[in-house]
Amino acid sequence: MNRAEREAAARQIMERTPAPVPPDLCAQAVRRGERLLRRRQLVRRVLWLLACAAVVAFSVWAARVHPWTEPPSQTTPPITGW
Amino acid sequence: MRDRQVSRGARRAREFEAFVAGAAGRLLHAATLLTAEAPNANPRARRLLTLALAHTYARWDGLHGEDPYDCARQYLATRFARATWHRYGAFGRTRPDPDGPLAALTPQERLILVLRLYEGVAEEQAAALLGLPRERVHTICDRATATLLHPASRPTPRSAGREVAPS
Repeated sequence: MNRAEREAAARQIMERTPAPVPPDLCAQAVRRGERLLRRRQLVRRVLWLLACAAVVAFSVWAARVHPWTEPPSQTTPPITGW
Repeated sequence: MRDRQVSRGARRAREFEAFVAGAAGRLLHAATLLTAEAPNANPRARRLLTLALAHTYARWDGLHGEDPYDCARQYLATRFARATWHRYGAFGRTRPDPDGPLAALTPQERLILVLRLYEGVAEEQAAALLGLPRERVHTICDRATATLLHPASRPTPRSAGREVAPS
């Protein structure tokens, strides 16, 4: 018995008894799929919201603190009366 | 905007229904072979197929010409592999109450046999899907075919080697 014959015989064994498809399979799959889609949409929205909030918070903080300006020196006193 | 979304959803539902009508029988048979359940009492296979179809439905708009059958089959195979892994710790043990035609095989052998022979997936693709070397898939497929055709030659595949490495 060569390889092709063996594979054909195994295929035949596997194809012997087809299972009946339940009638509500499509409806259930659609229901679960819709739920998956809705959940993904919700997660995407929450992430966008978080990203926007982070951008706003950073802008407000930067506008108030001005982190790019040099802080006044703590060690050398300002020169006055030269 | 809302109208467009509604019409897109309706089209998706229509196309998906046609797809399920055409593909569900074959996929359910494959799932039943995987779980080694009897054709008339296959709750695990039905659940597996429902999840795979739901995943395909959720991906429907983003398929872009990809075959939905392929998508569902991939999800089915990887989900089955992962579920087996979680349930038994590793591949290698059969379920205690199987009575399908592939009941004598281990879950991994069933998975590879169904992918390679029943579904006709190429060896390289099956190997890539399961994260195994190609030669290993070839060997397991050969061994599974032999076990399927001559079941008496390997009476108890389950007890061999399990107690050797307790960890």
